[in-house]
Amino acid sequence: MNNFNYTRAGNIQEAMSLVSQNSDAGFLAGGTNMVDLLKYNLVHPELLVDINHIPEHRGILETEDGGVQLGAFATNAETAYHPLIETRYPLLSRAILAGASAQIRNMATNGGNLLQRTRCYYFYDPNTPCNKRKPGSGCSAIGGYNRIMAILGASEDCIAVFPSDMCVALSALDAVVRIDGVDGTRSLPFAEFHRLPGNNPERDNNLQPGEIITSIDLPEKGFEKNYSYLKLRDRSSYAFALVSVATGLDLEGDVIKEARIALGGVAHKPWRIKDAEDFLAGKSPSAENFAAAAKIILNGAVGYGHNNFKIDLAKRAVVRNCLMALNPESQQPGAHPSI
Amino acid sequence: MQTVSTGLKPDVHLTNSRIISLHVNGVPRIADVAPWVSLLDALRDHLDLTGTKKGCDHGQCGACTVLCDGKRILSCLTLAVMKEGAEITTIEGIAQDDVLHPLQKAFIENDAFQCGYCTPGQICSAIGMLSEGKANSRAEVKELMSGNLCRCGANTNIIDAIMEVKNARL
Repeated sequence: MNNFNYTRAGNIQEAMSLVSQNSDAGFLAGGTNMVDLLKYNLVHPELLVDINHIPEHRGILETEDGGVQLGAFATNAETAYHPLIETRYPLLSRAILAGASAQIRNMATNGGNLLQRTRCYYFYDPNTPCNKRKPGSGCSAIGGYNRIMAILGASEDCIAVFPSDMCVALSALDAVVRIDGVDGTRSLPFAEFHRLPGNNPERDNNLQPGEIITSIDLPEKGFEKNYSYLKLRDRSSYAFALVSVATGLDLEGDVIKEARIALGGVAHKPWRIKDAEDFLAGKSPSAENFAAAAKIILNGAVGYGHNNFKIDLAKRAVVRNCLMALNPESQQPGAHPSI
Repeated sequence: MQTVSTGLKPDVHLTNSRIISLHVNGVPRIADVAPWVSLLDALRDHLDLTGTKKGCDHGQCGACTVLCDGKRILSCLTLAVMKEGAEITTIEGIAQDDVLHPLQKAFIENDAFQCGYCTPGQICSAIGMLSEGKANSRAEVKELMSGNLCRCGANTNIIDAIMEVKNARL
């Protein structure tokens, strides 16, 4: 780890001002990813501005338009166990609790969850080429060991995946990211926050230097009656997803009024295909229809050798998770979801 | 502030190191640390509290789990400077004088360790988990303890020990 300076910010303006004045400065929130990146010498800030003591943006609050605002500095655990989230957005609660460990969820913040870096092995190994770590150096995962890598939306420069579980649910729920910058505030729909790698895999998202996430806003619709989050991984808990699926269904009798399906572990950002959701609208919630939707979602999927299995796994996971969403009461939390 | 041990070890004195105060196991302590020193290293190397163990040092094993203001966290992914003024509880602070904490007793009685390296983290994590109050079954205890790995494979007995204490509290 490099030596660096540290200071605590008392409010957002002070934090943004300190970071925008120094191109080698960064924010420090929960630290669960940042401190690890420091240890791997992948980031070398001159100054870290600790934003953990800023009193604002820590709450989980109902908004005037009927939704709920997740403060960016609230922890993942506070969010997952908040009564508003457990009752109105249980899909989000389940997704958060499927990620990391209890200790990490006690530390990690909501804003930090969106900004965590990939866990691609080559990104963390400075002895290998990696376009995300060192633009222009190449991608070691293509032609290398790529079991955990992307099958959708990848580029010839990068096949890394975004590792968050929470963000898969936020994507399905059409969340909005609220951002503060020295030039004012702005909002980004969740789908526009994270980026595909393209020719600039060093950029994970569309946050600009010096900007800070202040909240993630959930619209009113929470799919609290029919939802499910399924996470498939190499061990039954405390591992990143090979494939995960967040499903929310709005049912009217035996007809799907609206479906939301987002996938994790398959791309550089949570993966949602509107055509598949539109296909399900007006249809019955049957395994056949879910399989047809899964086929639309996985259209164009490409394997890189070790991860070819993910294509079929993802299709089956979509069907299984949509069926699980029909009967949320039967689901077990954590490592042992029902079928 | 009454200071029992200064914990100052200014052998490598960087210009940006600073003196921080922590309440560790109910005792005010101060340490002279650079910003990059983890809470884990501050506890072990600066305050001579070596009960907290360094396993992976990357947040993957849970051996470094301590309680910070009552919540279980990973001391390896926490910078000591971030916790200025916080209440830290380590394995050294959970017994009452010579009376073991119920979890310490249950770990011994259930043969819940072999090499013992993960045990301080397991016990601190279990204390945090029980106070969170979210585990209602053995399966949920296993899930909520999944952040603490045991290389010896004593997990079954570890869960037995935790269940014993959990059930005794009901």
